[in-house]
Amino acid sequence: MLQYITSYLDPNTKGTPGDVGNIFWAFVYIVLIFLGLSVAVIAMNWLERKILAHMQIRLGPMRVGPHGLLQPIADAIKLLIKEDIMPTEADKLVFWAAPLIVVITAFTTFIVVPFGPSHAVTDMNIGVLFMLGVSSLSVLGVVMAGWASNSHYPLMGALRSSAQMVSYEVAMGLAVVSAVLMTSLSGIGIYATGSASTGTGTLSMIGIVQSQMMQQTWFAFKFFPLGLIALFIFAVAMVAETNRAPFDLPEAESELTAGFHTEYSGFRWSLFFLAEYSAMIAVSSIAVTLWLGGWLRPFPNWLSGETWDMVFALFPGLTFLVLAGICFFSTMRMPKHRYFRVQTIGLAGFGAALAVIGLALFVPPVRDRIQDIYWFVAKVAVFMYLYIWYRGTFPRYRFDQLMKVGWKVLLPVGLGVLILTAVAGVF
Amino acid sequence: MQLVATPFFFYLLSGLSLLGGVLVITRRNPVHSALALILTLLALAGIYLMLYAPFVAGVQIILYAGGIMVLFLFVIMLVSIEKAEKERQFNKLWLVGIPATFAFGTVIVYIFTRSKILPVLLKKPAPVLLESNNTQQVGLVLFGNYVLAFEIASLLLLVAIVGAVVMAKKRI
Amino acid sequence: MFQISILHYLVLASALFVLGTIGVLTRRNVVIVLMSIELILNAVNLNLVAFSRIWDLNGQVFTIFVITDAAAEAAVGLGILIAFFRNKETVNVDEVDLLKW
Repeated sequence: MLQYITSYLDPNTKGTPGDVGNIFWAFVYIVLIFLGLSVAVIAMNWLERKILAHMQIRLGPMRVGPHGLLQPIADAIKLLIKEDIMPTEADKLVFWAAPLIVVITAFTTFIVVPFGPSHAVTDMNIGVLFMLGVSSLSVLGVVMAGWASNSHYPLMGALRSSAQMVSYEVAMGLAVVSAVLMTSLSGIGIYATGSASTGTGTLSMIGIVQSQMMQQTWFAFKFFPLGLIALFIFAVAMVAETNRAPFDLPEAESELTAGFHTEYSGFRWSLFFLAEYSAMIAVSSIAVTLWLGGWLRPFPNWLSGETWDMVFALFPGLTFLVLAGICFFSTMRMPKHRYFRVQTIGLAGFGAALAVIGLALFVPPVRDRIQDIYWFVAKVAVFMYLYIWYRGTFPRYRFDQLMKVGWKVLLPVGLGVLILTAVAGVF
Repeated sequence: MQLVATPFFFYLLSGLSLLGGVLVITRRNPVHSALALILTLLALAGIYLMLYAPFVAGVQIILYAGGIMVLFLFVIMLVSIEKAEKERQFNKLWLVGIPATFAFGTVIVYIFTRSKILPVLLKKPAPVLLESNNTQQVGLVLFGNYVLAFEIASLLLLVAIVGAVVMAKKRI
Repeated sequence: MFQISILHYLVLASALFVLGTIGVLTRRNVVIVLMSIELILNAVNLNLVAFSRIWDLNGQVFTIFVITDAAAEAAVGLGILIAFFRNKETVNVDEVDLLKW
C-alpha cells in the first residue's frame, strides 16, 4: 500500500496520475484542485469588489476584516443561512438539478488542466475537445434553471444566456482549432524557423504546451499576427461564454433582475456563483495553455543560462514578499485609534503569513517544484485581472449587438485566421 | 486497474443508459424526457471511452449532448402547451407495437448469437496498443479515404441550416 | 458475464434500439417521437463503435457522420414541428390528419 503511494513519487515516473494509473495520487490531485478552486473563488470575490471599487475611485469593503479581507467569508455565511425558497409552481426535480449540472461541468473541466508537465489529474488524448465539450454542457444547466423557475424573467434570461453561450462557443472552437493547427506546422516563407522542430498535431493540453516548448515560441507570437488575432478572438469569446461584462445582459440587474438565477436563493445561488467563477478560471486556463505557453517561464531562450534561471526561480518568493510588504505598508497607514486595534493586528498577521509563505518559497526543494505551478497561476491571474478590468471599463452590449458581434465579426475573422494559419504553415 | 473495473463500469453505464431510455419514452413532461435523453447520451459517451474511442466520445458530448439537446430544449420551451401534458400520452398502437418491437429485438439478438463470427464476438478483445493517437488516426482515415463523404456532409449541414431557417420563418 | 465481450455492447445497442422503436410507435407527442429517433441513432452508433473495436477505424468515422446527420435531421425536424405548431396549435402526432379523407 505504501509502496503504491510512494511509487509515484519516484523521479523516474513521467506522466500524470491518470497516465500511470495511480488512483491514490489522482484523488490527491482532485482534492487539491477542489481546495485551490475554492480559495481562488473566494479570492476572486474579494479582488473583484476591491479592484472595481478602486477603479471607480471608492474604497470597497473596508469594515469586515482589515481592508475587507474577511468579506467573502461573511458573504458565504450569509448565503448559507438564508432561507431556501422554491417557487410553488416550479418543477422541483429540474429546479434542484440545474445548479448541480452547472457546478459539475464547471469542475469537471479541471481534470485536464496542466499545472506542470505531469501535474494534471490525467492527460487525455482529446484534452482541449473535452474541455470545450464539458463547458458546453453548462448551457443545459442554464436552460434548466430558467425553465424550472416558471417565471418570465428567468425564462427570458435563460434563453438569452444560452443563445449567447452557444453562439460564442463557435468562435471559441475556431480559435482553438487554429491554435491546435499550429502545433504541427513549422513556418514557411517569412515565418520559417531554421532550427525549430515541430511535433505532430495533438489535442492534449500537455502536448500543446510541450509543442510550444519544442518550437521555442508561445503560440501567441507564432505566425505573427495570426497567433495574436486568434488569442484576441478567444479572449473576447471567453468573456461572452461566461456571461461576464460587457456581455452580461442576461444577468444584469437593471435589465432582467438577475436573469436565470432570479428565483434561486441562499446556497443554490452560491452554487451558480461558484460555477461562474470556476468557468472563468477554466477558460482562462485554456487560453493560457494554448497561446501563452502554459507553465513555461518567459524568455526561456533569449534569457537562458544558469543565472537567468535563478533569477526567474526567485519570482514566486518575491511575489509573496512584495504582497507582504504592501500589507505591512497598509498597516502603517491604518488609523491609530483604539477601535482599529484588532484590524491592525489582523492585517499585520496576514502580512506575516504572506511573508512566511514567501520565505518558504525560497527554500531550494520547494523552489524547484513550484516553478511550473507558479507561472501557470500567474498567467491565469493576469486573465482574471483582465476580466475585472473589462467589467469596470466597458458599457454593456445590447443583445442584438452581442449576437451580431458573435456571428458577423468573430466567426469570419476566426475562419480567416484558420485559413491563413494553414496557408502560412503549408505553402 | 483496467481489467478489474471494466465490468463494473460497463454495467453501471449500461444501466444508466437503459434507465435513461426507459424514462425518455415514458415521461409525461417533455422536459423530463429531454433530461433523460441527456443522461443516456452521457452514459453512451462513457461507453465509447471504454471502447477506446475517445474522439467519438468527445464529439458525442459536444455535438449531441451540448448542441442537439440544447436545440431540443429550446423548441420544447417554445412549443410546449400545458394541456398537452394532461391528455392521453400513448396512442392506440401500443398493444400491437410493443410485442412486435420486442419480437424484432429478439430476432436481432438471435441473429447475433447464431452468426458465424460469434467466437470473435465472445472472446475478450485484444488490448489496444497505442490509444494516445486515436484522434490522429481518425483524422487520417477521415481526410484520406472519406474526404468526399466529409465534403458532402458539410453540404448536407448547409442544406439543413437553410431548411431549418426557412421552415421556422413566419413569412418566407 | 463478468468478462465483457463485444456481444455485451451489441445486446445493449439492441435494447436501446427496441426502446427507441417503442417510443416512435407509441407516443403521441412529436418532440418525444423525435427524441426516440435520436435514441435509435445512438443505438446504431454504439453498434458501429463496438465493431470498430475489433476491426479497424472505419466504424468510428461512420459514427461521426451519423452524429452529423442526426444534428441536421433534428434541426430540420424541429423546424417542421414549429411550422406545423404555428398552424394547428397541437403537438400530437395523430392530430396531423389534414390529408385524411
